[in-house]
Amino acid sequence: MPGLAIERDVLIEAPAEVVWRTITEPDQMSLWFADRVQLVIEAGAHGYLGFGDQGGPVVVETVDPPKRFSFRWNHPRGEEPVVGNSMLVEFTLTPEGDERTRLRVVESGHELRDWPEAEQQRYADEHREGWGEFFDRLVVVLSEQRSR
Amino acid sequence: MTVQVDDELWSAVSDPSRRRVLDLLVANGAVSASWLAGHVPFSRQAVSKHLVVLEAAGLVSKRKQGKEVLYEIRADRLDEATRAMADLAAAWDRRLRAIKRLAEAAHAGAKKHRPRAEEKGADDGER
Repeated sequence: MPGLAIERDVLIEAPAEVVWRTITEPDQMSLWFADRVQLVIEAGAHGYLGFGDQGGPVVVETVDPPKRFSFRWNHPRGEEPVVGNSMLVEFTLTPEGDERTRLRVVESGHELRDWPEAEQQRYADEHREGWGEFFDRLVVVLSEQRSR
Repeated sequence: MTVQVDDELWSAVSDPSRRRVLDLLVANGAVSASWLAGHVPFSRQAVSKHLVVLEAAGLVSKRKQGKEVLYEIRADRLDEATRAMADLAAAWDRRLRAIKRLAEAAHAGAKKHRPRAEEKGADDGER
Protein backbone atom coordinates (compact mmCIF):
# COMPACT_ATOMS: atom_id res chain seq x y z
CA MET A 1 0.00 0.00 0.00
CA PRO A 2 1.61 3.27 -1.01
CA GLY A 3 -0.04 5.33 1.70
CA LEU A 4 1.84 7.03 4.45
CA ALA A 5 3.56 4.28 6.39
CA ILE A 6 6.35 3.99 8.89
CA GLU A 7 7.78 0.50 9.29
CA ARG A 8 10.21 -0.53 11.95
CA ASP A 9 11.22 -3.85 13.49
CA VAL A 10 13.38 -5.23 16.23
CA LEU A 11 14.63 -8.68 17.23
CA ILE A 12 13.92 -9.50 20.86
CA GLU A 13 15.52 -12.28 22.91
CA ALA A 14 12.27 -13.42 24.49
CA PRO A 15 9.33 -15.65 23.46
CA ALA A 16 6.36 -14.04 21.71
CA GLU A 17 4.16 -14.44 24.81
CA VAL A 18 6.52 -12.27 26.86
CA VAL A 19 6.73 -9.64 24.12
CA TRP A 20 2.94 -9.75 23.81
CA ARG A 21 2.50 -8.88 27.47
CA THR A 22 5.02 -6.06 27.19
CA ILE A 23 3.18 -4.43 24.31
CA THR A 24 -0.40 -4.97 25.51
CA GLU A 25 -0.53 -4.74 29.31
CA PRO A 26 -1.38 -1.15 30.27
CA ASP A 27 1.14 -0.99 33.13
CA GLN A 28 3.84 -2.22 30.75
CA MET A 29 2.68 0.14 28.00
CA SER A 30 3.20 3.08 30.31
CA LEU A 31 6.88 2.10 30.51
CA TRP A 32 7.58 2.33 26.79
CA PHE A 33 4.74 4.35 25.32
CA ALA A 34 2.35 6.82 26.92
CA ASP A 35 2.61 8.22 30.46
CA ARG A 36 -1.01 7.33 31.08
CA VAL A 37 -2.62 4.31 29.49
CA GLN A 38 -6.32 3.68 29.90
CA LEU A 39 -7.01 0.74 27.70
CA VAL A 40 -8.78 -2.60 27.68
CA ILE A 41 -7.17 -5.01 25.24
CA GLU A 42 -10.28 -6.03 23.40
CA ALA A 43 -11.22 -5.45 19.76
CA GLY A 44 -13.36 -2.30 19.56
CA ALA A 45 -12.44 -1.05 23.03
CA HIS A 46 -12.06 2.73 23.40
CA GLY A 47 -9.24 4.05 25.53
CA TYR A 48 -6.96 7.00 26.12
CA LEU A 49 -3.25 7.60 25.83
CA GLY A 50 -1.80 10.52 27.75
CA PHE A 51 1.57 12.07 26.95
CA GLY A 52 2.38 14.67 29.56
CA ASP A 53 -0.36 17.28 29.33
CA GLN A 54 -1.35 16.06 25.88
CA GLY A 55 -3.03 12.90 24.75
CA GLY A 56 -5.84 11.47 22.75
CA PRO A 57 -8.30 8.68 22.24
CA VAL A 58 -7.31 5.29 20.94
CA VAL A 59 -9.46 2.44 19.67
CA VAL A 60 -8.27 -1.16 19.67
CA GLU A 61 -8.72 -2.85 16.32
CA THR A 62 -7.13 -6.31 16.33
CA VAL A 63 -6.25 -8.53 19.29
CA ASP A 64 -4.79 -11.88 18.24
CA PRO A 65 -2.40 -13.06 20.98
CA PRO A 66 0.50 -13.52 20.68
CA LYS A 67 0.64 -12.57 17.02
CA ARG A 68 -1.13 -9.35 16.14
CA PHE A 69 -2.20 -6.25 18.00
CA SER A 70 -3.41 -3.06 16.38
CA PHE A 71 -5.09 0.18 17.29
CA ARG A 72 -6.16 3.42 15.64
CA TRP A 73 -5.37 6.87 16.94
CA ASN A 74 -4.83 10.46 15.81
CA HIS A 75 -8.43 10.73 14.67
CA PRO A 76 -10.37 13.96 15.17
CA ARG A 77 -11.96 14.33 18.58
CA GLY A 78 -15.58 13.28 18.68
CA GLU A 79 -15.25 11.10 15.58
CA GLU A 80 -14.97 7.35 15.35
CA PRO A 81 -11.63 6.36 13.86
CA VAL A 82 -11.98 4.86 10.41
CA VAL A 83 -9.79 4.47 7.35
CA GLY A 84 -9.08 7.99 6.17
CA ASN A 85 -9.28 9.96 9.42
CA SER A 86 -6.84 8.14 11.65
CA MET A 87 -3.50 6.40 11.92
CA LEU A 88 -3.36 2.62 12.29
CA VAL A 89 -0.59 1.14 14.43
CA GLU A 90 -0.07 -2.58 13.83
CA PHE A 91 2.26 -4.81 15.80
CA THR A 92 3.20 -8.20 14.37
CA LEU A 93 5.08 -10.76 16.43
CA THR A 94 6.93 -13.52 14.59
CA PRO A 95 8.83 -16.21 16.51
CA GLU A 96 12.39 -16.78 15.26
CA GLY A 97 13.39 -19.90 17.13
CA ASP A 98 12.21 -20.82 20.63
CA GLU A 99 13.13 -17.75 22.59
CA ARG A 100 13.42 -15.06 20.02
CA THR A 101 10.76 -12.83 18.50
CA ARG A 102 10.77 -10.39 15.63
CA LEU A 103 8.52 -7.46 16.54
CA ARG A 104 7.43 -5.31 13.64
CA VAL A 105 5.44 -2.11 13.88
CA VAL A 106 3.75 -0.33 11.01
CA GLU A 107 2.06 3.00 11.49
CA SER A 108 0.07 3.86 8.42
CA GLY A 109 -2.16 6.67 7.35
CA HIS A 110 -4.68 7.46 4.77
CA GLU A 111 -5.05 4.82 2.15
CA LEU A 112 -5.66 5.53 -1.49
CA ARG A 113 -9.10 6.83 -2.18
CA ASP A 114 -11.14 8.76 -4.72
CA TRP A 115 -9.35 7.05 -7.58
CA PRO A 116 -10.51 4.40 -10.02
CA GLU A 117 -8.96 1.05 -9.18
CA ALA A 118 -6.81 0.85 -12.29
CA GLU A 119 -5.27 4.21 -11.46
CA GLN A 120 -4.70 3.14 -7.87
CA GLN A 121 -2.84 0.09 -9.10
CA ARG A 122 -0.76 2.09 -11.55
CA TYR A 123 0.11 4.62 -8.90
CA ALA A 124 0.93 1.85 -6.45
CA ASP A 125 3.25 0.24 -9.00
CA GLU A 126 4.95 3.54 -9.70
CA HIS A 127 5.21 4.54 -6.07
CA ARG A 128 6.28 1.50 -4.09
CA GLU A 129 8.14 3.87 -1.85
CA GLY A 130 6.58 5.14 1.35
CA TRP A 131 6.57 8.67 2.64
CA GLY A 132 10.11 8.24 3.93
CA GLU A 133 11.63 7.94 0.48
CA PHE A 134 9.29 10.62 -0.77
CA PHE A 135 10.58 13.07 1.78
CA ASP A 136 14.18 12.01 1.36
CA ARG A 137 13.82 12.82 -2.29
CA LEU A 138 12.13 16.14 -1.58
CA VAL A 139 14.93 17.16 0.72
CA VAL A 140 17.49 16.46 -2.00
CA VAL A 141 15.53 18.39 -4.61
CA LEU A 142 14.92 21.29 -2.24
CA SER A 143 18.55 21.61 -1.23
CA GLU A 144 19.56 21.49 -4.89
CA GLN A 145 17.12 24.26 -5.67
CA ARG A 146 18.45 26.39 -2.86
CA SER A 147 22.05 26.07 -3.87
CA ARG A 148 21.24 27.25 -7.38
CA MET B 1 8.37 11.30 24.68
CA THR B 2 5.82 11.98 22.03
CA VAL B 3 5.84 13.57 18.64
CA GLN B 4 2.86 15.63 17.72
CA VAL B 5 2.59 16.06 14.02
CA ASP B 6 0.41 18.97 13.14
CA ASP B 7 -2.90 17.49 11.97
CA GLU B 8 -3.22 19.62 8.87
CA LEU B 9 0.27 18.86 7.76
CA TRP B 10 -0.14 15.18 8.47
CA SER B 11 -3.34 14.80 6.53
CA ALA B 12 -2.00 16.98 3.72
CA VAL B 13 1.00 14.78 3.02
CA SER B 14 -0.58 11.45 3.87
CA ASP B 15 -2.71 11.42 0.74
CA PRO B 16 -0.88 9.93 -2.26
CA SER B 17 -2.77 12.20 -4.68
CA ARG B 18 -1.47 15.21 -2.86
CA ARG B 19 2.02 13.80 -2.75
CA ARG B 20 1.77 13.45 -6.52
CA VAL B 21 0.78 17.12 -6.77
CA LEU B 22 3.64 18.11 -4.46
CA ASP B 23 6.01 16.02 -6.56
CA LEU B 24 5.00 17.88 -9.69
CA LEU B 25 5.34 21.25 -7.99
CA VAL B 26 8.78 20.38 -6.66
CA ALA B 27 9.94 19.23 -10.08
CA ASN B 28 8.37 21.99 -12.14
CA GLY B 29 8.29 25.12 -10.03
CA ALA B 30 5.32 27.49 -10.32
CA VAL B 31 2.54 26.04 -12.47
CA SER B 32 -1.19 26.47 -12.90
CA ALA B 33 -3.93 24.14 -11.72
CA SER B 34 -4.77 23.35 -15.36
CA TRP B 35 -1.21 22.34 -16.06
CA LEU B 36 -1.25 20.07 -13.00
CA ALA B 37 -4.53 18.52 -14.10
CA GLY B 38 -2.86 17.54 -17.36
CA HIS B 39 -0.20 15.60 -15.47
CA VAL B 40 -2.20 13.61 -12.92
CA PRO B 41 -4.67 10.73 -13.24
CA PHE B 42 -7.47 12.66 -11.56
CA SER B 43 -9.79 15.50 -12.50
CA ARG B 44 -9.15 19.21 -12.58
CA GLN B 45 -11.73 19.49 -9.81
CA ALA B 46 -9.78 17.03 -7.64
CA VAL B 47 -6.57 18.99 -8.32
CA SER B 48 -8.25 22.16 -7.09
CA LYS B 49 -9.43 20.41 -3.93
CA HIS B 50 -5.94 19.08 -3.23
CA LEU B 51 -4.43 22.53 -3.80
CA VAL B 52 -6.83 24.01 -1.24
CA VAL B 53 -5.72 21.43 1.36
CA LEU B 54 -2.05 21.92 0.55
CA GLU B 55 -2.44 25.68 0.78
CA ALA B 56 -4.25 25.40 4.13
CA ALA B 57 -1.39 23.28 5.44
CA GLY B 58 1.02 25.96 4.26
CA LEU B 59 2.82 23.58 1.90
CA VAL B 60 1.85 25.48 -1.22
CA SER B 61 1.40 29.15 -1.98
CA LYS B 62 -0.31 30.79 -4.92
CA ARG B 63 0.24 34.01 -6.79
CA LYS B 64 -1.35 35.74 -9.73
CA GLN B 65 0.62 36.17 -12.87
CA GLY B 66 -1.38 37.98 -15.52
CA LYS B 67 -4.61 36.07 -15.88
CA GLU B 68 -3.19 32.90 -14.41
CA VAL B 69 -2.93 31.71 -10.85
CA LEU B 70 0.32 29.87 -10.26
CA TYR B 71 1.05 27.45 -7.45
CA GLU B 72 4.41 26.67 -5.94
CA ILE B 73 5.74 24.79 -2.97
CA ARG B 74 6.87 26.44 0.26
CA ALA B 75 10.23 24.94 1.02
CA ASP B 76 10.34 26.04 4.67
CA ARG B 77 7.13 24.24 5.47
CA LEU B 78 8.17 21.11 3.58
CA ASP B 79 11.37 21.05 5.61
CA GLU B 80 9.27 21.18 8.75
CA ALA B 81 7.11 18.31 7.49
CA THR B 82 10.21 16.28 6.72
CA ARG B 83 11.56 16.80 10.21
CA ALA B 84 8.23 15.91 11.82
CA MET B 85 8.06 12.66 9.86
CA ALA B 86 11.65 11.76 10.71
CA ASP B 87 10.85 12.43 14.38
CA LEU B 88 7.90 10.09 14.19
CA ALA B 89 10.03 7.26 12.83
CA ALA B 90 12.63 7.97 15.52
CA ALA B 91 9.89 7.80 18.17
CA TRP B 92 9.01 4.26 17.05
CA ASP B 93 12.67 3.26 17.12
CA ARG B 94 12.89 4.48 20.72
CA ARG B 95 9.69 2.64 21.67
CA LEU B 96 10.85 -0.61 20.08
CA ARG B 97 14.17 -0.38 21.90
CA ALA B 98 12.30 0.11 25.19
CA ILE B 99 10.00 -2.86 24.44
CA LYS B 100 13.04 -5.00 23.69
CA ARG B 101 14.68 -4.02 26.96
CA LEU B 102 11.51 -4.65 29.00
CA ALA B 103 10.64 -7.97 27.36
CA GLU B 104 14.19 -9.29 27.61
CA ALA B 105 14.41 -8.27 31.27
CA ALA B 106 11.03 -9.91 31.99
CA HIS B 107 12.12 -13.06 30.22
CA ALA B 108 15.50 -13.23 31.95
CA GLY B 109 13.74 -12.64 35.31
CA ALA B 110 11.19 -15.38 34.63
CA LYS B 111 13.94 -17.84 33.75
CA LYS B 112 15.83 -17.07 36.94
CA HIS B 113 12.93 -17.04 39.39
CA ARG B 114 10.60 -19.60 37.76
CA PRO B 115 7.17 -18.53 36.54
CA ARG B 116 5.04 -16.58 38.96
CA ALA B 117 2.14 -18.51 40.45
CA GLU B 118 -0.52 -16.00 39.45
CA GLU B 119 0.25 -16.47 35.77
CA LYS B 120 -2.61 -18.43 34.37
CA GLY B 121 -2.39 -20.37 31.15
CA ALA B 122 0.48 -22.43 29.86
CA ASP B 123 2.62 -19.54 28.64
CA ASP B 124 5.43 -20.26 31.02
CA GLY B 125 4.98 -24.01 31.12
CA GLU B 126 7.82 -25.08 28.88
CA ARG B 127 11.36 -24.18 29.76
